Amino acid sequence: MNFPILSIIIFLPLVGVLFILLNSGDEIKVKKTSFRVSLLTSLLVFIMSLFLWLQFDNTTKDFQFVENKKWIVDFINYRVGVDGISILFVVLTAFITPICIVATYNSVTNRTKDFFIALLVMETMMLGVFCSLDLFIFYLFFEAGLIPMFLIVGIWGGIRRVYAAFKFFLYTLFGSVFMLVAIIFIYLETGTTDIQTILSFNIDQKYQYWLWLGFFASFAVKTPMWPVHTWLPDAHVEAPTSGSVILAAILLKMAGYGFIRFSLGFFPIASAYFAPLIFALSIVAVIYTSLVALMQKDMKKLIAYSSVAHMGFVTIGIFAFNSQGIEGSIFQMISHGIVSAALFLCVGVVYDRMHTREISEYGGVVNTMPRYSVIFLVFILAGLGLPGTSGFVGEFLVLIGAFKANYLVAFFAATGVVLSACYSLWLYRRVIFGAVANDNVKLLKEINKTELATLLPLVFLTILLGVFPNIILDTISVSVENVISVYNEKLLILKQASIK
Amino acid sequence: MAYLLIFLPLVASFVAGFFGRSLGDKKSQLITCSAVTISALISIYYFFDVALGKQIYNYKIINWISSDKLILNWSIYIDTLTSVMLVVVTSVSALVHIYSIGYMSHDPDKPRFMSYLSLFTFMMLMLVTSDNFLQLFFGWEGVGLASYLLIGFWFKKPSANAAAIKAFVVNRVGDFGLAIGIFLLFKYLGTLNFSEVFQQISSLQNEKLSMLGMEGSLITFICVFLFIGAMGKSAQIVLHTWLPDAMEGPTPVSALIHAATMVTAGVFLVVRCSPIFEYSQFALNLIVFIGATTAFFAATIGLVQNDIKRVIAYSTCSQLGYMFFAAGLGAYHIAIFHLFTHAFFKALLFLGAGSVIHAFHEEQDMRNMGGVWKKIPYTYALMIIGTLALTGFPFLAGFYSKDAIIEVAFQSKSILANYALFIGIFTAFMTSLYSWRLIFKTFHGNFRNKNIDLSKVHESPFVMLLPLVGLSIGAIFSGFVFKDYFIGSYFMEFWNNSIFFIKQFTLNHPPLWFLLITPTLVLAAIPIAYYLFVKNENFLKQFIDTNKPLYNFLLNKWYFDELYDFIFVNPAKKIGKFFWNIGDILIIDGFGPNGFAKIVKLVSDRAVQFQSGFLYHYAFVILIGLSILLTYIIIF
Repeated sequence: MNFPILSIIIFLPLVGVLFILLNSGDEIKVKKTSFRVSLLTSLLVFIMSLFLWLQFDNTTKDFQFVENKKWIVDFINYRVGVDGISILFVVLTAFITPICIVATYNSVTNRTKDFFIALLVMETMMLGVFCSLDLFIFYLFFEAGLIPMFLIVGIWGGIRRVYAAFKFFLYTLFGSVFMLVAIIFIYLETGTTDIQTILSFNIDQKYQYWLWLGFFASFAVKTPMWPVHTWLPDAHVEAPTSGSVILAAILLKMAGYGFIRFSLGFFPIASAYFAPLIFALSIVAVIYTSLVALMQKDMKKLIAYSSVAHMGFVTIGIFAFNSQGIEGSIFQMISHGIVSAALFLCVGVVYDRMHTREISEYGGVVNTMPRYSVIFLVFILAGLGLPGTSGFVGEFLVLIGAFKANYLVAFFAATGVVLSACYSLWLYRRVIFGAVANDNVKLLKEINKTELATLLPLVFLTILLGVFPNIILDTISVSVENVISVYNEKLLILKQASIK
Repeated sequence: MAYLLIFLPLVASFVAGFFGRSLGDKKSQLITCSAVTISALISIYYFFDVALGKQIYNYKIINWISSDKLILNWSIYIDTLTSVMLVVVTSVSALVHIYSIGYMSHDPDKPRFMSYLSLFTFMMLMLVTSDNFLQLFFGWEGVGLASYLLIGFWFKKPSANAAAIKAFVVNRVGDFGLAIGIFLLFKYLGTLNFSEVFQQISSLQNEKLSMLGMEGSLITFICVFLFIGAMGKSAQIVLHTWLPDAMEGPTPVSALIHAATMVTAGVFLVVRCSPIFEYSQFALNLIVFIGATTAFFAATIGLVQNDIKRVIAYSTCSQLGYMFFAAGLGAYHIAIFHLFTHAFFKALLFLGAGSVIHAFHEEQDMRNMGGVWKKIPYTYALMIIGTLALTGFPFLAGFYSKDAIIEVAFQSKSILANYALFIGIFTAFMTSLYSWRLIFKTFHGNFRNKNIDLSKVHESPFVMLLPLVGLSIGAIFSGFVFKDYFIGSYFMEFWNNSIFFIKQFTLNHPPLWFLLITPTLVLAAIPIAYYLFVKNENFLKQFIDTNKPLYNFLLNKWYFDELYDFIFVNPAKKIGKFFWNIGDILIIDGFGPNGFAKIVKLVSDRAVQFQSGFLYHYAFVILIGLSILLTYIIIF
């Protein structure tokens, strides 16, 4: 047993929470100290995750840094580890959290201390999801993550926060119940909840369909796929900026990760069987939500709908079952994590000044905030998949993968590329360009240093990943190849078995 | 050195864009102009080295994407075709950069403008020096971005913003086609590098494909999709609507992007992919048809437009049509030759028009001009040179390239070639007509501007005239000097395999009477134009009055914009609203979470009624429950 670096990464935020809980007294002082503590912890986690990435051996398909401890005797083991796919999500989570903390310090005024606690607990849960190698642990983290998010939306949200929070909570819980049933069934069938063991196990074909649907129910809500996406715009609109950032950047990615790890890994036959369903829903998502995004009057809602469309690309890529498709999906998830986070931060910047998200209230922002406009433009362009930004690589790989699998899917999905240009540029034009629309815009102050500190790293990454996407592709390629070859092997074995 | 050629403009753009404020206008202009000028000089060096010295260079900068079999590099690839494009792009760009110093002298955002121009140049260089389809796509969308930024440069004008978005979105539709073409290539060949694709493409000759309910040869599908991309970028009919609107941008932009370089990228793509297109007669025929139709249709619109820049924009559209139908007839080298000469005289015309607009203090409507040729003699003379070159006046640049195209059409005997031939000659006549109309309406007749006094009209500064002189040299001599290389008898050696001909291409000399037709028509158009637009305007007025529907049809650009609004824009908005209000809110939320919540509330409201607090109510319920239970036990 080596140094338990993964456990430390996962639980370090909770240690930070302890320290925050301990301090009390003057409100402003508490806010400051808790900000410092949480920023420090999250940065520490980020540095450690980078270290983890550097130490990571991307030539092997095995899970690395594995830790194994008995937890509930003879029943559940605490087992964590990462492979080429999950490590990037760990890094992404660790990267986004400090940015959220900084953004929070700027914009959240009441009960800031509690907000930091929620963010750090959230971080632990998200890291746990991506690291766990035991189904039960996975489920625990997956569900527990709902609670801090529910609180973030429900306490610090906008006017309709309670409605949005409950909608979010009930929607996701509703899906997860089916996953829990499926997990229990898998345990009864295989006698273990160890993910690696189950991955090497061929689950009987007749159960696969139902089990797949159980997992699908949960992941589809979380992705979110059409038609169970309606919680997302509401949650995003009501959530405070950093809540939206976490939601878009990381929470949604749990589902994509789950699809790759579990749906493909555990139930290959069902995955192949249901792929057309996924394709259909994803295409509808891409076109439908793009058109809906076009007509939005609220900036955050527009970006939320565009998120649904982008996640549609992710699901298409995963179920193309080839390396371009899956690598593209993972890349798209990472890229969307960065870009959508940045877009929500951008909206937050002007929202903090004008206290409205109505697009029509803006116009001519470039006159007063030229720097902000440039940064916003970078992310708008990344969002519409301009080559040279991270958004392009993911979309391109997904489409090329999908085209190999089924040309019609790629054909329809690619129309989303045209539509995304429409709604993004139109949004940008209405907010940024034109003459100064009203006095409020005239009084806008240029983006400040803290805000720059949150956005510039994202600008840098967006372009870096667009020009050198191999940073990510190299890490994931072996693991993705493994996923595909295991998938194909299992498919073959089960097909032969069913013929006999 | 190739690295310098490509990356100098990028560095300059970066410096001017981010440090422009602190550097000041002068320095950022100096940096961008000198960077692009150095690039231009290096390009000329490469032109001699590659095109005349028969070299091919291929540098790999760094690996870009590697995903399984898909391995793509950032690269610099220079063969003859690229070197020709390099010369066109960098030299026009350098002149436009210099011109902009004068033209934008009253604008507060000079560094930003220069930065965008240099960024555009970089993207265009990436496009032409690519050795694979994806880097080409990068440059392709990159120039689209630069074009978007430059068209919308005056962001306070709503019409400029609308035009910028329109340009980007319409181009995206074309890019969609290009992307599908690229996907097809990758699916069936497993590579996107030019050299590998071109080597292996012949193995797909007999492959059939059925797609979207149509059946055909695989290569035809590939070609048609690639061509859709080319149509978007080169503003061919159906996807042309963005180009005239793009005139909202500053005039140097129109000269550089919307005349000389970016819009010719589509022609470049077709020629670059000649090894693919040669295997699909259907696609080539389609190109001929679209090209010829565009040449005709754009010229008819050009006849009646009143905005000086729009006239030239439609002229560009029309000339691009010429290039395409030349390429479609298999004369790729002649298409590039026309691209080459066209870059000079069209940039000259645009910059000259800019000089006129400058002289009239930002007036673009020709109805408000006239009678100023003595006031701005240099501009006038240079515009005349541009016009002569464009219309194909003997021994100027356009004469060699355009007549060669018409000769090719004459030589190829097919119905489509005859169609192209007829349109080619007739359009040459119309070109001359609308070009001289422009000259006469702008410079001759009475001074018609009511806002400014004739004495206020002034000649442009030296820094603007100098590039015009440079371009006019190109407009005069580029045809005569380079015709032997580009399309002469040793053209195969000049192009050095950068263009692929499946059959030997030969151009026979057509009979003398045929050679005389076009120049005669072109010359005849001059007095006709003079008569119609200066001497006897009443005749024209009567003609217009009697043919009002036709005139309106042309004036409104064949109603393409209205049609698209009707078919695409408005329905998209309506459907979007429908999906949102009816789909999301009413149906999904209504039957989903909200409906569910309502039912739960309804049921619980009922359930609450049971808990009335009266003992006899509870006793009653218990009694009923007990009796049901007893019944169940007794019966089963």
